[in-house]
Amino acid sequence: MPTTANTQKGWDRPAMAARAAKELKDGFYCNLGIGIPTLVANYIPEDVHVTLQSENGMLGMGPFPFEGEEDADLINAGKQTITELDTSSYFSSADSFAMIRGGHINLSILGAMEVSEEGDIANWMIPGKMVKGMGGAMDLVAGVQRVVVIMDHSNKKGESKLLKSCSLPLTGKACVDRIITGLGVFDVVKGGIKVIELAPNVTLNDVKDATEAQLVD
Amino acid sequence: MDKVYESAEAALEGLLSDGMRMMAGGFGLCGIPENLIKAVHKSDVRDISIVSNNCGVDGFGLGILLDAKQIKKMISSYVGENKEFERQYLEGELELEFNPQGTMAERIRAGGAGIPGFYTKTGVGTLIAEGKEHKEFNDETYIMETGLTADVSLVKAWKADTEGNLIYNKTARNFNPMMATAGKITVVEVEEIVPAGTFDPDHIHTPGIYVQRIIKGDFEKRIEQRTVRNKRD
Repeated sequence: MPTTANTQKGWDRPAMAARAAKELKDGFYCNLGIGIPTLVANYIPEDVHVTLQSENGMLGMGPFPFEGEEDADLINAGKQTITELDTSSYFSSADSFAMIRGGHINLSILGAMEVSEEGDIANWMIPGKMVKGMGGAMDLVAGVQRVVVIMDHSNKKGESKLLKSCSLPLTGKACVDRIITGLGVFDVVKGGIKVIELAPNVTLNDVKDATEAQLVD
Repeated sequence: MDKVYESAEAALEGLLSDGMRMMAGGFGLCGIPENLIKAVHKSDVRDISIVSNNCGVDGFGLGILLDAKQIKKMISSYVGENKEFERQYLEGELELEFNPQGTMAERIRAGGAGIPGFYTKTGVGTLIAEGKEHKEFNDETYIMETGLTADVSLVKAWKADTEGNLIYNKTARNFNPMMATAGKITVVEVEEIVPAGTFDPDHIHTPGIYVQRIIKGDFEKRIEQRTVRNKRD
């Protein structure tokens, strides 16, 4: 667990990942997105057995290989070299997304540029900039049982990323269940966003000041 | 009929024409038909529409076809690893159709299985859904996507037997099995060709009916993101 000094306000990114790890329940099959979500794997408690799915065709993702043991045929969806476990299985992209689309994956944790109070998510495209593509994100948010977003609460300009409605092209509509930001944990509920947990030294007023989306009790 | 060819060039002879649609397996640089791509490059065939999850990197994989301006259109889910791609796209030299990765995988599977269209909830309410038929099933909205086929599929497998039965290795499987079914002609490159009867029939991933031509390739197998941990950990 990363330690935060008593005076520090909110969670830094490792602390956000550590908090997100609490979303993983024993027996879950999970898909972790690229970036901060990948860090979540480092904070899974030893007594919680979780199987990580990689959408390029693997269940039971292992850690990075030791130097010299990298295998070009064994990568994760971020194209990083990884290893297999005793529990691993491999399959095609069609089978992988049958698992995802078919609702067999318990939890997806992914990053976002914007989330709306209705649970819409935008994380793949900024108009006018080079568009790299959505990869598997649209399938994940549409198909996985529970979708948790980890993101900074505000963008670089200091504007809320938790919005009344997304301004960027959507990745999915009404699909986000929970959002973890540097300020706390938030659920998408009827009528808006509910504060579930505040990060250390963060007040409800801090959240209100930093959030455009409708907050509800 | 002998399915085994001497070289990538020989295996592609008579199959390539300008304006054709091609599928190429792989995820990133993992499990790509690198030998056949080089032979397509040498053939100088132009205006190809390519179905592939990604478009290689600058100077390797499908990137070499981009560099030579042989590609007219890409159907992909993610193309972020390639500067020449960006340049050609922004200059209007290259068409691009993004598909959600799972939708793309299923479109290829469907194409190979003789299914012209299917409904999925992936992409509902997004740009992807625009202009597509919407339909309600059990109070949920789905969009129609169409099956994809190709004139030629280029596939990378680990091993083939002389009948064209294929076995893939680890995550190098990815899009290859569906693409093998969706090509009018499927050409496969492998690391080892063994006599028919060598494989346990229960362990074959792609049955030989889908495979018309096979070569043994030489593989560079580049790694995009070399990530390791310390021995101490």
